Amino acid sequence: MTRALAALAVGIVFGLGLAISRMIDPAKVLGFLDLAGRWDPSLLLVMAGAVGIGFTGFRVARGRATPLLDTRFYTADRRDIDWRLATGAAVFGIGWGLVGVCPGPALAALAYAETEGVTFLAAMTVGALAARGAAPLLARRP
Amino acid sequence: MENFTPVSALIGGALIGLAAAGFVLLNGRIAGVSGVLAGLLPPTRGDSAWRLMFLIGLLVGALIYRVAVDFSDTVSFTGNGWLLVGGGLLVGFGTRLGGGCTSGHGVCGISRLSPRSLVATAIFMAGGIATVYVARHWVGA
Repeated sequence: MTRALAALAVGIVFGLGLAISRMIDPAKVLGFLDLAGRWDPSLLLVMAGAVGIGFTGFRVARGRATPLLDTRFYTADRRDIDWRLATGAAVFGIGWGLVGVCPGPALAALAYAETEGVTFLAAMTVGALAARGAAPLLARRP
Repeated sequence: MENFTPVSALIGGALIGLAAAGFVLLNGRIAGVSGVLAGLLPPTRGDSAWRLMFLIGLLVGALIYRVAVDFSDTVSFTGNGWLLVGGGLLVGFGTRLGGGCTSGHGVCGISRLSPRSLVATAIFMAGGIATVYVARHWVGA
């Protein structure tokens, strides 16, 4: 219960950040990705602000044995770069460039009640399920 | 660069970073939206409430912004339905195959200096930039 409430609070802060930074607006994101057009570097500063605070948070977390509300950290420690990571990131990048929407803003944008956002979310969910089905088939080796 | 909004970008970014820091310090979790969502497909007992609450929070946060700051605010999606479906499929597929999106790899992963996330972020940024270049300056869509 406490953990769920903490998750809600964290989500609210995240959603506020997406709205204030305008990353919730696909047109704004596409403006960043359009280097050859009227380039809008705002997303770089969003990343800078986020990583600046995030870096400190993760450093503090690393010095602790457990998080405040749970018995363990659920952070992966994989360091290998494999074809799945690279292919997945490339496919995601193409989709992101086509519409300017990624998962966080897609959910936050539901607050704007645009049917386009719902269409995107539905397709994204289908894509995620397809990846789960396809991954074992595509795997040549573990 | 008349559309550059440095102040709101930094403030909003700092809030996103605060959320990422808060999530790992409180719950020990990565605030990666695609991963949190994927854990609900399908929901498993005892591991769903926090996921659902986090995702609802994203929506509530944006709603608070609209109500408290600027209700006339709008977001502009492409009006092309096929493009939305295609983009959504690719984003869903790619983020799950690659194990993260802009929040999980981009914000949290880089904050942890994870080599996987640094590589993934470089690739999806390059992919996004290349796609927009082709779409806007070659195809002219």
